[in-house]
Amino acid sequence: MRYHTPTTFEDAAQLAAQAKGLTRFLAGGTDVLVQLRAGMVQPDDLIDLKKIAGVSEITRTDDGGWRIGVAVPGIALGAHEGLCADWPGVVEGMELVGSTQIQGRATLTGNLCNGSPAADSVPGLVAAGASVEITGPGGTRTLPVEDVPVSPGKTALKAGELISAILLPPRGENAGDAYLRFIPRTEMDIAVVGSAVSLRLDGDTVTEARVALGAVAPTVKLVPEAADAIIGTTLDEPALEALAKVASAACSPIDDKRGTVAFRTEVAGVLTKRAALIAKARAKGDTA
Amino acid sequence: MAKDEFKEFKLVGTRPDRPDGLDKVTGRARYGADISAPGMLWAAVLRSPHAHARIVKIDTSKAEALTGVKAVITRADFPTGLTGEDWNLQENTMAGERALYDGHAVAAVAATSKLRAEEAVRLIEVEYEVLPHVIDVDDAIKPDAPVIREGAADATVPEGMPPNVVRYMEFGRGDVEAGFAEADLVMEKTYKTEATHQGYIEPHACMGQLGADGKGEMWVCTQGQWFIRKMCTAVLGLETAQLRVTPSEIGGGFGGKTTIFMEPLSLALSKKAGGKPVKLVMSRSDVLRATGPTASASMDVKIGMKKDGTITGARAEFRMQGGAFPGSPVDMALYCAFAPYKLTNVEHVGYDVLANRPKCAAYRAPGSPMGAFAVESLLDEMCRELDVDPLDMRLKNAVREGDTASYGPKYGSIGLVETLEATKAHPNLSIPLGPNQGRGIAAGYWFNHNGETSVSMAISEDGTAQVSVGTPDIGGSRASIALMTAETLGIPYEDVRVNVVETGALGVNEPTHGSRATFASGKAAVIAAGHAITEMCKRAANEWGIDPEAVEWVDGAAQPAGDNAGKFPPMSIAEIAGKMGSTGGPISGHHESVPEGVGASFGCHVVDVEVDPETGRTTILRYLVVQDAGRAIHPAYVEGQYQGGAAQGIGWALNEAYIYGDDGRLQNTVFLDYRVPVASDLPMIDTVIVEVPNPGHPYGVRGVGETGITPPLPAIANAIQEATGARLCELPMSPPKVLAAIKAKGG
Ligand SMILES: Cc1cc2nc3c(=O)[nH]c(=O)nc-3n(C[C@H](O)[C@H](O)[C@H](O)COP(=O)(O)OP(=O)(O)OC[C@H]3O[C@@H](n4cnc5c(N)ncnc54)[C@H](O)[C@@H]3O)c2cc1C
Repeated sequence: MRYHTPTTFEDAAQLAAQAKGLTRFLAGGTDVLVQLRAGMVQPDDLIDLKKIAGVSEITRTDDGGWRIGVAVPGIALGAHEGLCADWPGVVEGMELVGSTQIQGRATLTGNLCNGSPAADSVPGLVAAGASVEITGPGGTRTLPVEDVPVSPGKTALKAGELISAILLPPRGENAGDAYLRFIPRTEMDIAVVGSAVSLRLDGDTVTEARVALGAVAPTVKLVPEAADAIIGTTLDEPALEALAKVASAACSPIDDKRGTVAFRTEVAGVLTKRAALIAKARAKGDTA
Repeated sequence: MAKDEFKEFKLVGTRPDRPDGLDKVTGRARYGADISAPGMLWAAVLRSPHAHARIVKIDTSKAEALTGVKAVITRADFPTGLTGEDWNLQENTMAGERALYDGHAVAAVAATSKLRAEEAVRLIEVEYEVLPHVIDVDDAIKPDAPVIREGAADATVPEGMPPNVVRYMEFGRGDVEAGFAEADLVMEKTYKTEATHQGYIEPHACMGQLGADGKGEMWVCTQGQWFIRKMCTAVLGLETAQLRVTPSEIGGGFGGKTTIFMEPLSLALSKKAGGKPVKLVMSRSDVLRATGPTASASMDVKIGMKKDGTITGARAEFRMQGGAFPGSPVDMALYCAFAPYKLTNVEHVGYDVLANRPKCAAYRAPGSPMGAFAVESLLDEMCRELDVDPLDMRLKNAVREGDTASYGPKYGSIGLVETLEATKAHPNLSIPLGPNQGRGIAAGYWFNHNGETSVSMAISEDGTAQVSVGTPDIGGSRASIALMTAETLGIPYEDVRVNVVETGALGVNEPTHGSRATFASGKAAVIAAGHAITEMCKRAANEWGIDPEAVEWVDGAAQPAGDNAGKFPPMSIAEIAGKMGSTGGPISGHHESVPEGVGASFGCHVVDVEVDPETGRTTILRYLVVQDAGRAIHPAYVEGQYQGGAAQGIGWALNEAYIYGDDGRLQNTVFLDYRVPVASDLPMIDTVIVEVPNPGHPYGVRGVGETGITPPLPAIANAIQEATGARLCELPMSPPKVLAAIKAKGG
């Protein structure tokens, strides 16, 4: 195994493009190193991204959104006041990852690129309308987060491409987001179902919404029908029931050791209702 | 009440720091994997990926050719001709003709590094002929079930039973049918529990060394070094005394480290590698796939009850699989099932069944939690039906001293009534509950085992004392034994050092199991200290020129027993010890026996839960353990046992389970998916130590370590029923199952 420490994304992309065998990027390493030690992957080239300038920074973009470096650990997101005020649902998704120890290392980018349908930070990013900046041998491009994962463990990144930043749009007024996951325990578990809702209000009425579900399909899923079910409503009981129904209907989960099809489908509706109510409270200025 | 208030002793009942505490919190304590030696090799094990397969051919040539590989072994390297449990242990250590479960060892390698050994294991080629397998206990006794092993049944199994039934039992008394006829309500239900693992944090680890001369050494994480010695030598055909076994500190065992799994492999590899020490450390996946969880169970219970709560008759039929070998704790489960209740009419039937799973091991009160889940769940439902208070019902039927136990013998001094009364008086019972909340109550029982016990103690030149015990310290036994020894000698706690010693240093000791270490090693240490006291009194008498009988031992000193004996100032232990060389030589005491006078322990738990009606997720709001300790030598460690038992029981009740795929492979081989409770899942567990002293122990000790895991399973099921109206008869009561049960009852 060869270990590389490029200092620019262009160099990293070059290394990856030239590598012949199995390549892995190293952000926090909380997936890669665990997989390596368990004998699940034996990369030929391991490209550490943490020596690239700016990868640990969170910066305001010109349009009022945010640019999050690919090595920013969960704990730094939680400590960032501006980001927490704008996108509490994105931050809380990332903060659910692992434990204090894991939080010191694990990143949004790693969580996304590991490609798990149960990745906790991804539904929040999708609901937020986040995108990624991709650097490849031929330059950079951007892609909506929901288009990054294509199947369990697989992403839309081409050989030699890597993510160079995560981009969050400007939050704007009267808006809120939230992420909830279901696990049987209180921590250190993998989402059986995850649900994120981001919305904007005019008074009590929802004017914009995005809903994303995790762990109920081969990839994290944007569910436009769920957004449609609440846009124009005040999230009254019938609207919530309709939301739960379309959220459940959007599920195509599997039966496995972590949960059954029936359970995941049912609970996806329950969590989506609950997440929508939290997002609404946040949009109205509730900081909880 | 709490032992702290006890005034008759100076040290017994106090809470000093444990002697092993500093080493453990600073990381200095040496656990199994911390042992290394010069020239040491690393071992790795190849395990079967199939639940059941004939091993057609094993080709180890590529592994042997790899640089750094020093030995490769298969079953062909083991002696043949073993019988009975020795054969079972050997077969489980390394598969012979067939792999019997997913994870069964098939070959092993010793190499110069861990990575090299693992690489070599991947080069071993095994040709398997996959055979049909069976996982579930009820499936295993169906007529068309694959047969795990022809002829495995012992003489207890009547003709004509399914071939996977290897042991059968029935016992009882009275006339259960007449009992049911007397009842106002008769209920019968079937319950199922899944296998669970002890979940100790420290994986199995050992370093073994064996020469061509048949002399060996082993350093190992174990609950019982003499068991390791006996089992390893039996499996390898060695003379028992030629293997010296030294136990490491132990990061949990809960019964799972009272036997061998991979230890003989390190010795066999060492021998083949020219006698170099070989270290073998299991991964968590190895632990879950190839060490011994407890059994899974399927149980029918039928009970008759009068309107006033009197139990008129009870019947239990339990089927348990303990893996591909005989030995599920179905007998123990039956003994404990009705143990809290005074019964005239009771009947027990048990089946020990084989399935394609790892060989089960002991797990805290083996069998008792399953039986309690079935019996205490059904009793609770009957109390609801008859509108009888569950604690009053238990008090009404509770066994007392002199009663005949459901499983036969007469109870000596026991503390069930006191335990139930202390439960009734506890403030937790009057805390009001909110919506979706429920309270559950259940009782439980476990024995106290004696076992071979050998202890030596010796007085040092300065009057301090050392005690050598053969029972590894898992739950604070060194502290408790030091307290009892110091109390007996009349010296400070800090002046006693208790050492857990290797097999060469004492006579045979059974492991730390059966809640016995504080009882058995403690009792032996107190008797041994008594011998030393007698000797010290003799030394003082000699110096004073009086009769040894005229000397008594008070507060750590010899003194004349009354004025008639003579007038001499007390002679302290330090004074006597300081001149031992000139007064007759070393002063020590020794005791070995299978100590009589064991004291069993009853417990009662009360749990408050809240169930999310939309997700089926159960939160433990409050948890109370009330249990009879006889006498709590070190109350903090007694409370620790109560809380630990409850925590494991909560995990078993809610989420822990062996999950198998259709291919018979274990699906959840890491802690991510084998869901033990994490700290934030549990409230602080409240405890009440009831003390009905055991007359069979010098300080009144009962075995306290195991009872605590017994009531949580039914207590939580009972609480969930109260919270949701849904009754769960199958474990684990995980959110999908609870939600389905709520939906099924139309909630
Ligand atoms: C104990 C424990 C608990 C956990 N709990 C959770 C949990 O609750 N929820 C959850 O979702 N996850 C959990 N995880 C998984 C893991 O922590 C997260 O997925 C984490 O966010 C991964 O981030 P990382 O920076 O460590 O990724 P890494 O391990 O460094 O990388 C992960 C993957 O992303 C790729 N990658 C990294 N950076 C880039 C890049 N810039 N461009 C392209 N590809 C890249 C790597 O090649 C690799 O395939 C847990 C892990 C552990 C060990």
